Amino acid sequence: MNKWSRRAFIGAGVAGGTALVVGVAIRPGNPVNSLAKDAAAEGEQLINAWVKIGEDNVVTAITPHTDMGQGALSTLAQMLADEMDADWDKMNVMSAPANGEYVSNEMARHFLVPDLEVGSWLEPTVDGVFINLSGAMDLYLTGGSFSIRSTGQKGMRVAGAAAREMLVGAAAQAWDVPAREITTEKSRLYHKASGRAADYADFAVAAADQSLPAKPTLKSVDDFNLMGTSAPRLDIPSKVNGTALFGIDAEIPGQTLSYAAVVSPPVPGSKVESVDDAQARSMRGVSHVLNMGEFVAVVADGYWHAQQAANALSVTYTKTATDDLDQDGMFKNFDAALNAAGEDGGDGLVDVGDAKDAFAGAATKVEAEYQVPFLAHACMEPINATVWSHDGGVDVWIGTQTPLRCRTAAAEVFDVSTDDVNVNILHMGGGFGRRSDANMVTMAARIAKEIDAPVKMIWSREEDIQKAAYRNATTSRFKAGLDENGKPVSWDNIFLFHNDPADAAYVPYYDIGSQRIRAVNDAELPLPFWAWRSVDHSQHGFFVESFVDEMAHAAGEDPLEFRMSMLGKSPRFAATLKKVAEMSGWGSSMPANHGKGVALVRSFNTIVAMVADVDMSNGAPTVKKVYCCADPGFAMNPDGLAAQMEGGIIYGLTAALYGDISIRNGAVEQSNFHDYEMLRMYESPEIVVEIINGNPDDIGGGGEPGTPPIGPAVANAVFNATGVRPRKLPLAGQSYSV
Amino acid sequence: MINMKINGKPVSLDVDPDMPILWVVREELGMNGTKFGCGIAMCGACTVHLNGTPIRSCSTPVSVAEGLEITTIEGLSDDDGKLSKVQEAWVEAQVPQCGYCQSGQIMSAAALLRDNPDPTDEDIDAAMSGNVCRCGTYPRIRAAIKAAARA
Repeated sequence: MNKWSRRAFIGAGVAGGTALVVGVAIRPGNPVNSLAKDAAAEGEQLINAWVKIGEDNVVTAITPHTDMGQGALSTLAQMLADEMDADWDKMNVMSAPANGEYVSNEMARHFLVPDLEVGSWLEPTVDGVFINLSGAMDLYLTGGSFSIRSTGQKGMRVAGAAAREMLVGAAAQAWDVPAREITTEKSRLYHKASGRAADYADFAVAAADQSLPAKPTLKSVDDFNLMGTSAPRLDIPSKVNGTALFGIDAEIPGQTLSYAAVVSPPVPGSKVESVDDAQARSMRGVSHVLNMGEFVAVVADGYWHAQQAANALSVTYTKTATDDLDQDGMFKNFDAALNAAGEDGGDGLVDVGDAKDAFAGAATKVEAEYQVPFLAHACMEPINATVWSHDGGVDVWIGTQTPLRCRTAAAEVFDVSTDDVNVNILHMGGGFGRRSDANMVTMAARIAKEIDAPVKMIWSREEDIQKAAYRNATTSRFKAGLDENGKPVSWDNIFLFHNDPADAAYVPYYDIGSQRIRAVNDAELPLPFWAWRSVDHSQHGFFVESFVDEMAHAAGEDPLEFRMSMLGKSPRFAATLKKVAEMSGWGSSMPANHGKGVALVRSFNTIVAMVADVDMSNGAPTVKKVYCCADPGFAMNPDGLAAQMEGGIIYGLTAALYGDISIRNGAVEQSNFHDYEMLRMYESPEIVVEIINGNPDDIGGGGEPGTPPIGPAVANAVFNATGVRPRKLPLAGQSYSV
Repeated sequence: MINMKINGKPVSLDVDPDMPILWVVREELGMNGTKFGCGIAMCGACTVHLNGTPIRSCSTPVSVAEGLEITTIEGLSDDDGKLSKVQEAWVEAQVPQCGYCQSGQIMSAAALLRDNPDPTDEDIDAAMSGNVCRCGTYPRIRAAIKAAARA
C-alpha cells in the first residue's frame, strides 16, 4: 500500500472523492511498472491497469477481483466495454496478478462501515484510516458483493471512459481534427467528415502518451449499450467442455508434482500429539509422512495414494478446553451469555426512542427466541493449493478470493519478500466466503518447504467439512410491543456474535418508533468463524423476518400487509414487496397442506422480497415454488443477477432445510455429503425472478442478497400451513404436528 | 497393465488396479475436466461414461474398466472442438456459475438424452439427482436439458 502514489492513479476524486484506484495508469517509466511487466504481452500497449488493447484489437479488462462463479468478472468487463465502446465479441477479462497496487480499498471501506455516507470534508481522514486497514488486512478480496457496485461503478467504468478519451485524443492529434468530431463504436474510431476510420489497436501506443483525463465523462443510463443487457458470460464456453482450469487442476510445466493429503486435529486448538505412521509409510507411492504440529501431511506420487495412506494413520491429539462440549452445551452457554447481559448489557448498536418504556406500556407483547447452527461452505471443489519454491522465489497456484493474503502466506513460510511470490490465479470451484482464507497456502507452503519440491495439497471432503471455519451458530432474542390497534411501537433485539456487515440486524426501513438492538460478543464459539455467503445476514434474515411474522400474527394481520403498513417511509422496499405479492398471487386460496410465506431483506444494498410456496403433505417442508423480486438499484446484467438470485435461493434453502454442522466432544459430527446434505435436482423449486431498477445511482450487490430471505420465507410458509412456528434451523427433522 | 479406451483412443497403463478411474484420468492421463468432489459417489462431480453408462469415477477402481471404453467431458465434443448439442444448450441457457460440477452434470445429462430423447421432469429428476451443484444451477440445468431435447 505504501507504494501508492498520486502519479499512479487517474481520476482521484472522480470516484466520488474516495481513494479507490480507478484504473492505475501504466506508462513506460511509471513508478508502478511492475504491473506492466505482469500484464503486458509482446506487441501490446498497456493504457492503464484495468484495460489492455492487443495488436489484434482485443480489449482485455483487468480486474482487481477474482470470480468464484458469480460471473462478476464478466459483468465488470461489460461495464468497462460499454464506457469504452469496445467490441463485446472481442472482449477478454482477467484477474489482476497479486500485486499491492490492485488492493480493493473501496471494499474495505464499505465492509467495515456499511452504508456510511462520508461527507467529502471527512474523506481524507476516513480514507487514510481505511487505506491503512486494508493494507494491514491484505485486501485484494472478492466478497461483500462489492465487485459490481464498487469496482465496477468506480473503477471499471472510469477506466473504460478514460481509455476511450485517450484513444480519441490520440486519433484527433494524428488526424488533425477536433476530438469532439470523433465517434467510437465496437473498438473502432471514426471521423465521419473525412471518412477516416481505425482500430483502437492502431492508436494504442499513441494513446499512452496522451495526458490522463482528470475526469472522464461517464455515460448516462440512456446511453448504455452493454450495461443493463444480459450479455453472455465470457467464461461459460470453457466451463462446458472441461477446459476451464481450477486450482485443483494446477500443473507446473516441466516439473513433476508431489501430492499431499492432510489430517488436521478434529477439535480446534488441539495439536498433533503422536503419529503412528508404520502402515502409511509402507504404502505404495508414499514418500513422506510429516508431523507439522498443527496437522499431519502424507506426501505421495499421486493424490489417491497420499489420501489412502493418510486414512491409514493413527494420530492422537492434545487435549483442549472444549473436548467435552456438545451441541446442547454450546447453546446453553449461549443462553447464559445472553442472560448475563440482562436487560441493559451487551454492546448497544441501535437505540432509537425508548423501546423499554414503549414495550412496558404496549397493549400486546410479543417475545421469541431463535437459534441457528454452524454451517460449512462445502464448496464443490475441495480446498487445495499448489506451491513451488524455485530460483529464490515462490509460485502459488490457487483459486482464491484473496490473492494478496495468499502471497503474504507463502512469503512468510519461505521468509522471502512478497515481491518474490507470484500467485497464479485459477478458477474457484465455489467460494461463498471460504476462499477468502489463505491458511491452505500456509499449509501447502510448509509441506513444499519441508520436502523441498513442488507440491499440490488437496483436502479430502471430510477435512473440508470437519476442519474448516464456519458460519457461526448463534441465538437471537426479540421483544416487540403493539398498541391496541396492532401497530408496532417497540422493537428490542439482543443477539450473540456481531460480525459483518455491521448493520445486518438493523431494520431502519420498518417504521417502528422505538428500536433497540444489542449484541453480546463474549460467549465462547467452539468452532472458528468465517464469512459465509451473506455473512451475518444469513442468520439475521431468518431471525428478523420470522419475528416480524410473529408480530403480524399477534396483531391479527396478514403478514404481507403488516410489513407493507410499516414501509410508508421506504418506497423502494414497498415497491419490491408489492411486486412479489403480485407475482405470487398473494392472498389467493391454496391447496390443503400448502402454505405461503413472505420475507423482505436488504443486504449489500440490494432489496429482495420473496414468497415461498410450501407443501407440508409429507410432514416436512417441500418447497414447490419461489417468487423473488430484487431491487439492486440497477442490474448491470439482468440475467446474471437472476442467476445469482436463483443460486442464492438454493444455497440458502439448502441451509434452511438441512444445514447443520453440530458439535460432539468438541468436534464436527458431519463428514461428507451423506450427512451434510445438499439440495438436489428433485427437490429444487421452480424459481421466478423479477428485477426492479429502483435507482441507477445507488447500486447494490448481486452475489449474496438472494440467500438471506429464503429461510424465513419458507419458515413463515411452514407456519402458514401448519400453525407451528419454526424458531430454529434447519427445518427438516422438526415436528410440525400441532 | 490395464488396457482400455479413453475417448476412443486405446491406452495401456501400468497403474495400481485399485486406483479409482478419476485419479487415473486426472493424474496419469492429465485430463483435468473430470472433477473430485466427495470421494464417496455422493456428488457426481466425477461422472464419466463407462461403455456409455454414467458412473462415479471417484469410487470405481480402474481394474473395472479393463477392456472397456471410458468417455470423459473431453470426449463429448468432436475432434475439432465442436460442442455436442447438450453442451450448446448449456451455453445457451448460461448454466454454469463456478462451473466445477458441470462436467459431471453434462455427462449425466448426455447419457439421459441418449437413452431418453424426450425426458419428463420426473425423468430429469431421476437422472440428475446424483449430481450436486452448490451454485444452485438446477433450474437452468433442467431448462438446458429440455432445450437440448428439442434441438
